[in-house]
Amino acid sequence: MENSLQIWSIIGAAAAVSFGAIGPALGEGRAIAAAMDAIARQPESAATLSRTLFVGLAMIETMAIYCLVIALLLLYANPFVG
Amino acid sequence: MDASPLAPEILFLVGPVPISRPVVTTWVIMIAVVGLCRLGTRRAGIHGGTLQTVLEITVETMADQLRDILRRDPWPFLPLLGTLFVFLVFANLTTVIPGMKPPTGHVETPAALAAIVFFSVHFFGIRSRGAVDYAARYLKPNPVLLPLNVLAEITRTFSLMIRLFGNMMSHEFVIAIVVFMAGLFLPIPFMLLGILIGIIQAYIFTILAAVFIGAAVGNGEGG
Repeated sequence: MENSLQIWSIIGAAAAVSFGAIGPALGEGRAIAAAMDAIARQPESAATLSRTLFVGLAMIETMAIYCLVIALLLLYANPFVG
Repeated sequence: MDASPLAPEILFLVGPVPISRPVVTTWVIMIAVVGLCRLGTRRAGIHGGTLQTVLEITVETMADQLRDILRRDPWPFLPLLGTLFVFLVFANLTTVIPGMKPPTGHVETPAALAAIVFFSVHFFGIRSRGAVDYAARYLKPNPVLLPLNVLAEITRTFSLMIRLFGNMMSHEFVIAIVVFMAGLFLPIPFMLLGILIGIIQAYIFTILAAVFIGAAVGNGEGG
């Protein structure tokens, strides 16, 4: 096949996003569950907790966005496809 | 939708310099924000008008939030961090205006903002602790960790840039795909979600910049 490089790039991009989203999704779920638990126990610390939660979620989410960027590089800026 | 999100969209040329769409949008945002502030503080007084009160509440709220994060006097850092936040809110919310695209959805604007944060972290750190004391921070737990500390410095700036770019750009993509597949009314909930995403990303960018600066200046002194 003469355009197998393009085909494999698309498969690679789809695999990067789909598998790359699993880990951050599980991690964010755990983080939110822990934060909910803590807010239920100590409602007065909700402000501090939610701020820290936002920053932490942003950190976790970065992993998924790295995968998205890799997928976009494969689709739009692939160095091996002329 | 078929246009690459990584390539700049050139609108016109000024001499040899190409001017892209995000740059023009940024100029419009700058004019809007400066004009709003001029309008609000033109006849500033103790009994200010509505707009002046709104501006004062905004600045005070940002100062309170930053005081909680930095655990010190936020006013030296408020010009940088407050401007970042206000600019990012305006820039991310241009997505709701028809015909405008958020400049943060292209990689140049987040890269420039992340570079500003990168340099101002070192500037504030050196100004507050002195060059030698600040450089010693990289040897902190153990001198063996020096390469990792330097690497972390680079990757966290990079991830600051990629986070903002990736969120805004992917949201634009989702809207384009939904419009392409479903037509007129279905994209509206996604656009509402876009407002939420825009404000949260502006908040996260500012909070992370504040956390980096707070780590660089250290805590203890000041109140």
